[in-house]
Amino acid sequence: MSELGATARPAIAHGLRLQWEPAQEAHVLLYPEGMVKLNGSAAAILSRCDGIRTLTDIVADLERSYGVAGLSDEVAAFIALAVARCWLEIRP
Amino acid sequence: MNTRIELTSAARPGPPLWLLLELTYRCPLHCVFCYNPTDFANTGQELGTDDWIRVLREARSLGAVQLGLSGGEPLAREDLEPIVAQAHTLGFYTNLITSGIGMTETRIKALKDAGLDHIQLSFQDSSREMNDFLSSTRTFELKSQVAALIRKYDYPMVLNVVLHRLNIDHVGEILEMAERIGAQYVELANTQYYGWAWLNRDRLLPSREQLRRAEETLQRFRARVGEKIQVFFVVPDYFETRPKACMNGLGSVFLTITPDGTALPCHAARMLPGLTFPNVREASVQAIWYDSQGFNHFRGDGWMKEPCRSCPEKTRDFGGCRCQAFLLTGDAANADPVCDLSPHHHLVTEAVERAAHSGAGSASKPNEKVLLFRDHRISIPVTTLQPD
Repeated sequence: MSELGATARPAIAHGLRLQWEPAQEAHVLLYPEGMVKLNGSAAAILSRCDGIRTLTDIVADLERSYGVAGLSDEVAAFIALAVARCWLEIRP
Repeated sequence: MNTRIELTSAARPGPPLWLLLELTYRCPLHCVFCYNPTDFANTGQELGTDDWIRVLREARSLGAVQLGLSGGEPLAREDLEPIVAQAHTLGFYTNLITSGIGMTETRIKALKDAGLDHIQLSFQDSSREMNDFLSSTRTFELKSQVAALIRKYDYPMVLNVVLHRLNIDHVGEILEMAERIGAQYVELANTQYYGWAWLNRDRLLPSREQLRRAEETLQRFRARVGEKIQVFFVVPDYFETRPKACMNGLGSVFLTITPDGTALPCHAARMLPGLTFPNVREASVQAIWYDSQGFNHFRGDGWMKEPCRSCPEKTRDFGGCRCQAFLLTGDAANADPVCDLSPHHHLVTEAVERAAHSGAGSASKPNEKVLLFRDHRISIPVTTLQPD
């Protein structure tokens, strides 16, 4: 897996869908014949992966929304994991 | 920040997250490993469009979100498109599970417009000869054309191949075919022995040696292709020493509606004696899921016998598969005999042993005289029928 650059634009992978499920009180990521239930942090990151925002934008937005600093490494690590699992794809 | 991902595990009884609609038992194929009930020809009248749509609405409101549209061959239903459209509007992730027979460019485009999310296409083998032999039809070319249509219309594609003694030696060629036709996911599902497969079990079980070779081939493929194609290898549980967590426990997440409207906690559960399964023509999905005897009986662990009852692993595998326990031991509350702690485990090891001497032939030379092909003219019990 290649190192994620600050200008990488992650997006939910083709054919997958992120949505809020009231019955589970959680966001879920849906893919062919499967689903993962996301915790709040994972959902907060994935819902910002729209193929337009860069990694830098996503980190800045999260830090602003949650009023904390220093999220960069953790967000990048999670996005790398999500790419490895084919939940996210990187748009040029 | 905690970015741990929690995999879904439903509390009991949580919502029926997975809804499988078996829209019809009609199917142009005659597969020897079909899991449909062997008396499917005697099933009642199929539900109409309005009934299916009501089921979708009721199940969705309880929290169902993954939808499988299966059969039989779901394309045999002319109202598949409006059913998909309604499911999509309700927010389901829609999976069409098909042999490809009946798919045309007009239909695949209409299904795309209706919001279909994904197509799982089954092949019986990588070779025309074995595909056509195992399904007792000439369908290999047609399936290949459908694979091209799935790509053209930009669906995620799962290639499904059910594995057994007669095709497991072709795993390498099957994976090459997956690459060639552009599948993103491959499901190599070793046969599970229910329905028609149960009748043919001793002729379909692979040998340990075949299994070992298939797993080696798979490892080489994964090393070469990486994450581009994800391969799920469903292990044949007869070779295991712990049972599968079948359905995550009956009545936990999975709800099947059969063509005539009978609701089941798994697609094979109708065989289980002593359980009453309601019909969606007579009861709401909510009442069926939460209040019916058929769905409540095997929830929790109050039904368990030893060795499951006191086993620390019971929260992981729920005692295995109730249908397998029933088929092999005659009592659905027994431990799944796949477990080597079960006093009946010898039934599984003996079946593997017997299969090695069954005379079913091999991939290069199958013996069709000893296989029983799915056919609506056959109704169980049968013992001596020959394939036509």
